[in-house]
Formats: sequence, structure tokens, C-alpha cells
Amino acid sequence: MEPTALQIVWFLLYGVLITGYAVLDGFDLGVGVLSLTRRDPDERRVMINAIAPVWDGNEVWLLTGGGALFAAFPLVYATVFSAFYLALMLVLVGLIARAVAMEFRGKVANARWRDSWDLAFGVGSLLPALLFGVAVGNIMRGLPLDPGGRFTGSFLGLLHPYPLLIGLLALAMFVCQGAIYMAMKSDGPLREAMRSWAVRAWVAWVALYAAATVATFFAASFLFEGVLASPVTWVAFLALLGGLVYVPIAVRAERMGRALLASSTAIAAHIALVGVGLYPRLVPSLTDLAHSLTIANASSTERTLTTMLVIALLGMPLVIGYTLFIYRVFKGKVVIGESSY
Amino acid sequence: MDAVLLARLQFALTIGFHFIFPPITIGLAWLLVIVEYKGWRQRSEEWLRIGKFFGKLFAVTFAVGVATGIVMEFQFGTNWASYSAFVGDIFGAPLAAEGVFAFFLESSFLGLYLFGRGRVSAGVHWFSILMVAVGATISAFWIIVANSWQQTPAGYFVNEATGRAELTSFAEAVFNPSTLVRFFHTMVAALIAGAFFMAGISAYLILKRRHVDLAGRALKLAVVFGFVTSLLAVFPTGHEHAQQVARTQPEKFAAIEGIYESSDRHPLVFFAFPLVDPPQLVAQLGIPGLLAWMTYGDADAKLTALDEFPPDQVPKGAELWISFVSFHTMVLLGMIFIGLTGLGVLLFWRRRALDPDRRMSRLWLWATVLAIPLPVLACEFGWTAAEVGRQPWIVYKELRTVDAASVTVGAGEILFSIVLFGLIYLLLGAVWIYLLYKKIEHGPEAAPAAREVA
Repeated sequence: MEPTALQIVWFLLYGVLITGYAVLDGFDLGVGVLSLTRRDPDERRVMINAIAPVWDGNEVWLLTGGGALFAAFPLVYATVFSAFYLALMLVLVGLIARAVAMEFRGKVANARWRDSWDLAFGVGSLLPALLFGVAVGNIMRGLPLDPGGRFTGSFLGLLHPYPLLIGLLALAMFVCQGAIYMAMKSDGPLREAMRSWAVRAWVAWVALYAAATVATFFAASFLFEGVLASPVTWVAFLALLGGLVYVPIAVRAERMGRALLASSTAIAAHIALVGVGLYPRLVPSLTDLAHSLTIANASSTERTLTTMLVIALLGMPLVIGYTLFIYRVFKGKVVIGESSY
Repeated sequence: MDAVLLARLQFALTIGFHFIFPPITIGLAWLLVIVEYKGWRQRSEEWLRIGKFFGKLFAVTFAVGVATGIVMEFQFGTNWASYSAFVGDIFGAPLAAEGVFAFFLESSFLGLYLFGRGRVSAGVHWFSILMVAVGATISAFWIIVANSWQQTPAGYFVNEATGRAELTSFAEAVFNPSTLVRFFHTMVAALIAGAFFMAGISAYLILKRRHVDLAGRALKLAVVFGFVTSLLAVFPTGHEHAQQVARTQPEKFAAIEGIYESSDRHPLVFFAFPLVDPPQLVAQLGIPGLLAWMTYGDADAKLTALDEFPPDQVPKGAELWISFVSFHTMVLLGMIFIGLTGLGVLLFWRRRALDPDRRMSRLWLWATVLAIPLPVLACEFGWTAAEVGRQPWIVYKELRTVDAASVTVGAGEILFSIVLFGLIYLLLGAVWIYLLYKKIEHGPEAAPAAREVA
């Protein structure tokens, strides 16, 4: 089956949704992970308040991603989510924990209460930051699918070294993104600490990217088939290279806004490269590539894809508009005030 | 226990717990729109303080609602993969639309509402809570679209080759025969939940003789709001909804009304105790003929009884019991809401509502405090009747619940997640109530002038 234009559009739009999520929730998950490294509760308070007004909107990219996957590629939604059952439950537990922890932590004046919720916030951010990458790694490697496209593997089978490596790569990415954002939003020792974390996470990111590229040749060589002929590969690769090179330069020069732009570009480029490698598959089959779920065999009908496109074109410009407005309102360093957490 | 039953229990647990919060926050959001509007336009320090106080209670409740709601977006895929594959062409679009049109709006503007006071003008700040309320309402619309399609599917055909439902008309699928009436009924129910939340907490402060001025204003607003919406819940929305069920899902209608065997002039049952095997009602209290009259405007109209349908197409055993009891309890609660808020309106009319020294007023204030959870309970019962009464179908007349679960997920995995989420929800519920209690005991912040003196 050849993919139709609409299916390709939805493949691209899905990439945009994932990128929106990774860039935006990426920094607030990263801030959560980094909060585990700070001993001073006042610093952790600043960190939580740096993301407080915006994290919920960021997470909606994930919810919308879930809904859009259900609507555009229902067979992928059904197969992948039931295959990742236990892993997804852990992600959900993490997301629940971090959401309530932010709201709960400051509501009782008791150090143990506060520290416990701060721990829940940190671990609740670490779990998804790591597991999203593991999930992507599993999809890149391929899932054991039978000819009917049904998952035949097990939970332990998902913990293969290759997806774990991709999980660490995603974690490094999010921590770097979070450290840059946090340095932008803070002053004094916290800002300095975050700048040095940004560089450390960047080193890990580059090293893990190199390792993952080599590992992909062994674990999922089909991802490289024909990609060199595609101009998208080269554009994405150059963007990745440019972004990655510029991150430490901008961090050193105290240009945090530019550093955030650079790391966001690199994250987007990563996702584009994975997309080019997978296309036209969405979930490669580990057992036999012929059994893969593709954008052609796993999609909704043209009518639904068209309806969804209309919904996206009506809604998303509005979303982007007011999101930019709200980020502008909260621009600048965190100021702890009456309404802060 | 088999995996399908466990998957049903898991769904009931996660959605049942989640559904405690949205009715309160939807209702409270609209009340806050009114409160903040008064604060802004009348430059009233009192209304602004009321807004801040309930805004904090709103934030805690919203946080738990959001946290538990994330599960919803994923568990169709995790637990109901066969269902997801069958309905994906239709069911996914409303979920995605909910994200695009509703979740972004309410989540983004909630941040502005909670943290933006002083950063934006008073007008923009009011606009932010308005957008939260609008977003929450749109969210309710789309999720009810999705659920209503399961009740009265329309705008589709089943492709024999793929075995999946395919969209033929998005408009027909969205505005299927039950969408609008269920949306209005559920929305009104949510408004009642918000009203009782505000009224009960205000009544508590008055009984404790704290912040009587502020609490009195909030109580009056909430009681009037609650009275109007309680009436709307019964008529026209509840009434129309029941007629729609009778028309489009007669099996469910028979189950919730307890029409087990065909008879002339079946009574409208107010109270009865249902037995399961065989299904029958004992200690029945009702008025013969009234049910048919209310449904079709004719006391002699024929109501199809459960035993007239093919036995494999109707709810069974415990499902019948649950459908009848949850529906009737919801109706009873609806009557209590009208009585309680009606009495409140009367007491306000006679300027006695805020006087805890009068016996009648004190009793009413305490009843209002104790009634805080009742509208949420009514929502849970109504939803239970709707879902259990639809059995054995997950999509009415198209897909059976037993054929809808994920085949690759084992009973052990589901049991693990039930225990995990059960424990987490127990903790969340306890912390939520504890924090609400603490905030209420603390009361609204002092007025700026008083603070300077202090």
C-alpha cells in the first residue's frame, strides 16, 4: 500500500506534536529531574515556581498527542499502548505524582511534608523523562508483531539494552533543556549550578548520541536504509549539529535564550531523523519487517484524517497564539510572591 | 477473575475517581467567573477575596483532576485495544478535539489565573478564569460526544473487510441522538456540584461565625445558582434525557426503571428493593401509568419490558441491580437538591439564612455543609446507570464489552495496576480532603487594610 498525501501530512503533524511535547514538557521534566540535585528547599521552590504557570499547558501536548494518535493511527494507538502496558502505568504514576506534588508541597508548613512531595516531584519527573525515551527506543528497534500487527512480546523484552540507551539519551536531552531553562529563570548560585549542569548534560547528550548512532547500526540498521538520499536527513542532521555545537557556546556566553533555542532545535532534529528513518513505518515489526504497522495500513480513513486536519488547522494556531502570550506574561526571573507555590 | 472483568473494574476505578473532580471544577469555574467579575467591575475587595479563597480550593481540586485525568487519555489503548482498533476512526477525533480546543485552553489560562494576578490587568485576569470555564465546558462537550457515540452510535458504517467502524459523517457522529441532551444534563449536574461546594463551605464558615460577611455573599450566590441549576437538572434536561433513553435504548430504560416483566400501566417506581435472580422489585412504591405518561404523554402507552428483548442483549444479574439502584438514587438526590436549595432561597428571602441562632437556619446551614459531596455522588450514580445500563455492549448493538479488551494484557498485569492506582488514589483523596479542610479552617485572607494594621 502506498501512503496517501493525507497520511503523509498526518505523519508530519504527528512529528510536530511529539516535537512540541519534547521541547516544552522536556524542559519542565528536566527541571523536575534537576530538583533532585538541590538540597536547599528554597532553591527547589524557585525551580517549581519557574514551571508552575506553564507545565500544565505543556503536558497537554502529550494528551493531545495521545488523542491524535488514537484518531489518526488507531491501530498504532491500540497496539503500542497495550504492548507498553506496565511501562505506561509507571509513566502515569510519575506524571500524577509530579502534578500533585507541585500543588501540595507548600500547603503544610512542615519540612518532612515538603521534602516528601519534592522527592515525589523529582522522581515523578525522572520516570517519564527516562521511559519516554525507552518507549521510542523500542519502537525504533521494532516490536515483536505477528502478521495481524498484534504485539507478541513481554514487559521484560522491552528492557533491551538498545531502548535503555535511547532512554538515557532522552534523559540527557531533557536535563540539558531543563538546566538551560532554569538558568534563564534564576539568579545567583542556582543559576551557576544550572549552567554547569547544562554543560554536563550536554556532554552526556553528545556522547550518548554517538553511542546510539553506532548501536542503531546493530540493533535497527533498517532505519538507515535510503535515508541518505533524502534531503530531510541532511537538513535535520545539519540542524542537529548546529544546535549541539551552539549549546555550550551560548551557555558559556550567558545567552540562555539562545541556548534554549539551540537545544530545542537539536531535539526537533533528533525527532526528524527518527521520523525519516521510520518512514513510512510507524511501528516496525521485529520479527518480520513486512508485518510492520505503517502510515498506510494503520491509519484512519481519509474522511477522519480530513476532519482531524480541519480540527488541527482551526485549533492549533489559536493554541500557539495564547501560549506565546502566556509565556510573555511570565517572562523573566522567578519572583516568589503571594500566589507562588 | 477473568481479564475482561478486571479491565472493567480498573476502568471503573480510574474514571470513577477522576470523575469526582471535574464536576466540582467545572461548576466552581463558572461561579468564579461571576465572583471575579463582581470583584473587577464593582472594584469590590470583598468579592476579590472570595475569588482568591475559592480560587485556592479550585487549584487543589483541579490539580488532582488533571493528574488523574491523564490516565483516561491512554487507557483505551492500554486496556481496550480491540475497542480502540474498532472505533478509532470515530472515537479518537473527539478526544483529539478535546485536547486541541479544551485542554490547552483551560490549562494555559489556569496558569495565568493562578499566577498572573498583578502581572496582567484586572480585565485580562478575569478573562483568564472565563477561558478556564469555557475550556472546561468544551472539554465536557467532547468527552460526552465520545461517550454518547457509544450509547447511540451514528454517522458510521462497519467495514466488513476490516471489521472496523468507519466514519461517514462527522456531524452525525458528533450530534448523535444522545449527545446534546446528555451534555446539557451533565453540565447542569456539574454546575450543581460547584454550587454545593461553594455553598457548603460558606455555610460552614457562617456556622463557625468566621468571615460572615464574605461567606454570606458567597452562600447567597451559590444557593441561588444551585437552586436554578437543580431545577434544570430535573426539568427539562433530566426529563428529556430519560425520554431519549426510552426512545433510543429501550433495554437500558427497562433496566434503570425496573421494567422487568411486561405489564399494563407499569408504575413509575419511586422506591423499591431490587432482587437479582430472577430480577424483581420488592417493597415497591410507585404510581401506575405515570411512567408511560411521562415518557410518551400517554398513560396507556406500551413500555417494552426486559423479558421482551433477546436475553443476550440486555444487562444481567448485578448489572440490573446496579442500573436500577444507581439511577433511582440519583433521582432521589436530585429531589433533595431542589428541596435544600429551595429552602435556602426561602430563608434568604426572609433574611434569616445567615443567622445560626435560629434553629431552622442552623439546621439548614448544617445540612448544606453535609450536602457538599452529594452532587458528586449523584454524578457518579448517573454515570454508572448510563454505563452499566448499556451492557452487554461497549458500543450499543455493535461491539460487546467482552470482545473489546486488550488481548495481550494479562489479568495479573491489570490486577497489579488496580492495586497500584487504588493505593495512589486513596492517598490522593486523603491529602485532597485534608488540604481542603486546612484551607477552609484558615479561611479567606484578611483585607489589605486589616493586614497593614496587623
